Amino acid sequence: MENFYHSIYLDKELCKGCLNCIKRCPTQAIRVRNGKAVINNKFCIDCGECIRICPHYAKLAKRDTLEILDKFEYTVALPAPSLYTQFNNIKDINLILNALLGLGFDDVFEVSAAAELVSEATIKYIAEHKEQWPIISSACPSIVRLVRVRFPNLIEHLLPIKAPIEIAAEIALKKVTEKTGLPRNKIGLIFITPCPAKVTYSKEPLGIEKSEIDGVLAIKDIYPLLLEALKDTVKEYEDSPMPELSESGKIGIGWSVSGGEANGIVSDNYLAADGISNVIKVLENLEDERFSGLNFIELNACAGGCVGGVLTVENPYIAQTKNKRLKKYLPVKVSSFNNRATTVYSEDVDFDWNKEIVYEPVFRIGNNVIEGINNLNSVEKIVESFPGLDCGSCGAPTCRALAEDIVRGEASDTACIYIFKEYFNFLTLQLSTLTHNMSDASDAGNSIANLEQSLTSFFNKDAAPPEKEEKEEKKEKK
Amino acid sequence: MAADNTIKLHYDVPNDDFTRAGEASSDLKGKLKQMGISPDAIRKVSIALYEGEINMVIHANGGYIDAEISENGLKLVLCDTGPGINDIVQATQAGFSTALEQTRMLGFGAGMGLPNMLQNTDDMIIDSIVGVGTTITMFIKM
Ligand SMILES: Nc1ncnc2c1ncn2[C@@H]1O[C@H](COP(=O)(O)OP(=O)(O)OP(=O)(O)O)[C@@H](O)[C@H]1O
Ligand code: SF4
Ligand code: SF4
Ligand SMILES: [Mg+2]
Repeated sequence: MENFYHSIYLDKELCKGCLNCIKRCPTQAIRVRNGKAVINNKFCIDCGECIRICPHYAKLAKRDTLEILDKFEYTVALPAPSLYTQFNNIKDINLILNALLGLGFDDVFEVSAAAELVSEATIKYIAEHKEQWPIISSACPSIVRLVRVRFPNLIEHLLPIKAPIEIAAEIALKKVTEKTGLPRNKIGLIFITPCPAKVTYSKEPLGIEKSEIDGVLAIKDIYPLLLEALKDTVKEYEDSPMPELSESGKIGIGWSVSGGEANGIVSDNYLAADGISNVIKVLENLEDERFSGLNFIELNACAGGCVGGVLTVENPYIAQTKNKRLKKYLPVKVSSFNNRATTVYSEDVDFDWNKEIVYEPVFRIGNNVIEGINNLNSVEKIVESFPGLDCGSCGAPTCRALAEDIVRGEASDTACIYIFKEYFNFLTLQLSTLTHNMSDASDAGNSIANLEQSLTSFFNKDAAPPEKEEKEEKKEKK
Repeated sequence: MAADNTIKLHYDVPNDDFTRAGEASSDLKGKLKQMGISPDAIRKVSIALYEGEINMVIHANGGYIDAEISENGLKLVLCDTGPGINDIVQATQAGFSTALEQTRMLGFGAGMGLPNMLQNTDDMIIDSIVGVGTTITMFIKM
């Protein structure tokens, strides 16, 4: 097993153990144990849902700060097209790109320009690989991670072409190297991201060996600074024409909203789904081969597409409207293999993935099939003994999830408050029998022995001592 | 109680509920992944079971599914008390369907279900009595 790095993490101090996140996680990766959330890093796909839901801001995303610019001699901003949809009344993308230079970047290269090239490469790939239809887009890193752990039969349908951010980084690197002659380690390629999944991608990409991206800034972090820089940029170019830095058209800019990538491949036989639970339904159906006649499936973990990423500031649906307005006066596309500057640098960029994606069966509950079957039998039996309320009080998202944890040896059935109550009542009953029998010396001996036995079996049930959890739970209730 | 190294799972398939058709195959699929059954067998099971399940909803009045899984393979029994199949040979031919226009509008009725089930199983037995019901038994090897 490899590539289980995560940008999502928990701030233990802030976590109240409120259980809000456990049910929202699409892979059931979160448990609350001893009053704090714990993320199973084999299950997590960095979708950001838990960041979205946590009322105490305890789930966070690792990313860089603007100080990263000081680490390099020459830095290039690689803005995601979702950045353009975050502002009011900006009609010209060049203004945003110039403002990025105002933040201290030496250069800027748009991810949307690379996206137009990726669209072109995708069209070609789809036409040449009918046997792989429907082809599933691989630009959203959470989707690729989800397929890898949960949909082994769909791995071969993933589009084996590098995502726009990677192509943007590679083209920018070629351009800058030629322009400055600097060695690789003096050049900083900094992606501006709408989501944590792309931070994860930059550290441990799937499908390629290593990403060229050197750092990742969150849209929401640079947003206030960028607002200032925008004002300065407007002033700066009051009397002179603003440098035209943008190299993308409708297709490239469109990638930031759901359906945009599919739009770029000019086909009617596509499906675009967004929002992780919708995506999972589509993948389930794809696995059963329920769709026929489709050649492309665009999937985005975030509702609305990348504009719905948890590191953006604007409401995703307003962002979609802004995206439409921005595109209105743009040409269909600007960057292409056959024109302009990008061509020169994209010529010897390799668009193809160079590393196989291997199925990681993280949800298995046994080391082999026999063990799996027997363990699943145990799970079924335990599930039957539970009340089936999926109340979450045990810290697991469902009764079944707790049963699986028990079989995996990670929890005890007394974590279930209903089971716990039963034991408790049973013990109380024995205790009262004991007190009652105290007058009769011969029966008292028996009762004490019974009680002792019950207590031992009760406390032995738990691998982790239950006392701590109980206390935490009581505290919570007050 | 299931014998050691085998697991039995039971699913009820509700009558006339298109939104719930497919629940059994989807649930079983998840469990097969947990058990560590090979992706190839899972693919076959999910295609064959989904088709069988949807037939129970469209052509019969629902019924039940019994799945028995061991290291060697899967046995799936799909049982309904629907109208039965008049001519089994004809029903299994690609493109044969008695689906009504209404059903076709929902995207079903291409007559590919039974052929797909045959293609994705190692053995399949159709028992059907007109007016009584249909029982389809499918075997998929590991
Ligand atoms: N469980 C069943 N009970 C009664 N008749 C059935 C049953 N299953 C199939 N049939 C009959 O066999 C025919 C062929 O079934 P098949 O699944 O191949 O095609 P279909 O269901 O009509 O269309 P499709 O599966 O492509 O949507 C059906 O049209 C129906 O007449
Ligand atoms: S939602 Fe999850 S991470 Fe946030 S406080 Fe509650 S338990 Fe902790
Ligand atoms: S990022 Fe997504 S997959 Fe990971 S723990 Fe949070 S909700 Fe679950
Ligand atoms: Mg059918």
